Amino acid sequence: MTAAFTARTEQAIGDRTLKLAIDRTTGTARAKRAAAVADWPGFEQARELGRDIKDHVIAHLGHYLAEFERNAIASGAKVHWARTAEEACDITIRLCRSAGARSVTRAKSMLGEEIGLPHALAAAGIERVETDLAEHVVQLAGDRPSHIVWPALHKTREQVREMFAREHADPGPLDSVEAMVGSARRQLRMKFMAADVGISGANFLVADSGAVCTVTNEGNAELTTTPPRVHIVTAGIEKLVPSMAHATVLLRLLVRSATGAELTQYTTFHCGPKRPGDADGPDEFHIVLVDNGRTRMLREGLAEMLRCLRCGACLNHCVVYRQIGGHAYGGTYPGPMGAVLTPLLDGLPATQDLPRACTLNGQCAEVCPVKIPLPKLLRGWRDRSWREGLPPRTEVFGIGVWRFVAARPALYRLATRLALRSMRLFARGGWIRSMPFARGWTAHRDFPGPARRSFMEQIRGRGR
Amino acid sequence: MSEPKRAAPRVALFVTCLVDAMRPRVGFAALALLEAAGCRVEIPRGQTCCGQPALHAGDRDGGAALAKRTIALFEPYDAVVIPSGSCAKTVCVEYPEMFPAGSEWRARAEALAAKTFELLTYLADVRRWRPEGVALRGKATYHDSCAGLRELGVKRQPRALLAGVAGLEVVEMEGAETCCGFGGTFAVEYAAISNAIVTEKTASIDATGAELLLGGDLGCLMNMAGRLHREGSRVRAFHVAEVLAGMGEGPAIGEEE
Repeated sequence: MTAAFTARTEQAIGDRTLKLAIDRTTGTARAKRAAAVADWPGFEQARELGRDIKDHVIAHLGHYLAEFERNAIASGAKVHWARTAEEACDITIRLCRSAGARSVTRAKSMLGEEIGLPHALAAAGIERVETDLAEHVVQLAGDRPSHIVWPALHKTREQVREMFAREHADPGPLDSVEAMVGSARRQLRMKFMAADVGISGANFLVADSGAVCTVTNEGNAELTTTPPRVHIVTAGIEKLVPSMAHATVLLRLLVRSATGAELTQYTTFHCGPKRPGDADGPDEFHIVLVDNGRTRMLREGLAEMLRCLRCGACLNHCVVYRQIGGHAYGGTYPGPMGAVLTPLLDGLPATQDLPRACTLNGQCAEVCPVKIPLPKLLRGWRDRSWREGLPPRTEVFGIGVWRFVAARPALYRLATRLALRSMRLFARGGWIRSMPFARGWTAHRDFPGPARRSFMEQIRGRGR
Repeated sequence: MSEPKRAAPRVALFVTCLVDAMRPRVGFAALALLEAAGCRVEIPRGQTCCGQPALHAGDRDGGAALAKRTIALFEPYDAVVIPSGSCAKTVCVEYPEMFPAGSEWRARAEALAAKTFELLTYLADVRRWRPEGVALRGKATYHDSCAGLRELGVKRQPRALLAGVAGLEVVEMEGAETCCGFGGTFAVEYAAISNAIVTEKTASIDATGAELLLGGDLGCLMNMAGRLHREGSRVRAFHVAEVLAGMGEGPAIGEEE
């Protein structure tokens, strides 16, 4: 366990307000998802279908990318390709500059966070206005998202009220959630209309039409992408689906798994710029298709992770996430899916704790709408850590000794006898309150004193 | 899964390293239950550990070496029974995945996996055994350990078996299927996180008003019992096998013999 991770987790665990915020949101999410799944007899078949659709696209990525590009261009869009996060940001900034943009509105996109777009816009001197309510909270706080669906999950509504009262131009009474939303609406509405460029992500890229699908509950994606002269989409190449029919299968899975609703309030298929006769829409429509490690995932045994719909169910159900929250993970993506993606994006040596800080309980895979075997993928990282010699030397040494002994039964019995005898020295009234080599355990829990003689030793005495 | 009624199957009991060292009573309970269920039980002398600590640490070679010796040791038997969902999962699910398809060891691992069972599943589903004349007065709550629950489908069997214990009331806790935070070395290496998880678990256990905590995996039970004891709770923890074998009146986990 690295010192940086220890420090982050201990700080998170000590923050009771954070815990309250996590429990409120993830608790509601779990309950609503469970109800939605219970109401859907075909859920299991849909999961299998969803998995098969994603696997098919991933197996034929080149084909569908070419089809999508062709159809997007035919609809009037301009398609750009970015191999890395830097390239994606460079393209986006260049497009903003050539549009003469001073201010851009942005609809929440995890891909945008992944490639560091907020930072790149700031560095380019372009005003960035986050339009998702939770992203607005995160931006006001100078913070980072802590959840992929509810970026401001780590803030309680009490904290948000205080911040709105301080930061908003016309906060009003803020005595209800509705009043708080009203204050944010007044704050953001003029920004929507004044922006030169709107930047969104994509939940799906539809190959046979070249359409880009976004889902939101606030309508902010529509207000981000329609009034400005230029709409830029930044999207990971794994967002492809063959057709609208396939998108709807995945939409059902995505929304129910994320919030327990049947559908988001707004589901929009953006298809090209404003056409002659259209009442509104952007003059220019750009799509930046981003690899940033995705084709590497195909090569490195992480293809199944490319199914991910970013629904957040694995975060909401993860016992570790629910204790430490999103920031402690240290990457763009937290929770089980983040523990799989972050070592790829940020490098394994600095992030090796993420796949290890997991009990492998399997609940993440159980709730995943596209059946990603998250524990298996996390263990793949552990195997690689071991091969690369990253675990603590004490652990490598300990496992080595244990391996040697466990393969030699006579030696194993002797070692067990000695271990039991020395452990019993620490036992008082059956329990051990403190013991060397197990301080992590005994700092929080008593350890049951072991038997006087092992089972194998006792059974030999009974002549079996 | 039907075995000839008359011929008693020759069953190997793999007690697990944790039961061997920490709580032999669970091994004796398993032995008694298997005999009551009509099995000829043998305890292979060479048994040590299934290799899970190496596998979970990422040491595939170490895990494979222990898997091979475990396969060779246990493959002569009609069935292999393990009083732990977690260790049974290692044999049933992980051993086959460790060797390349088509290899000799893959075939041997698959053959062993097909006849290896978690104890309570074996008793309830394969042997169709039901407790008779077993009594224990009290109110208990059962924790579903993750590997058994999600990988082997251990859910209904322990509850059905416990329903046959006279005088025992089983109440469900909130979040019985939620991980207790044990996770093997996780409990020591990421102790602060593990503790935060188990503290939520013990709150659910206490909220049931049960006097007994039951489970099918000693690691999880030690974690929850250790936290309950540190908190001063009066809840006592047993492996389900102990209760079914009529050993539920004896010392609970952590109590002196």
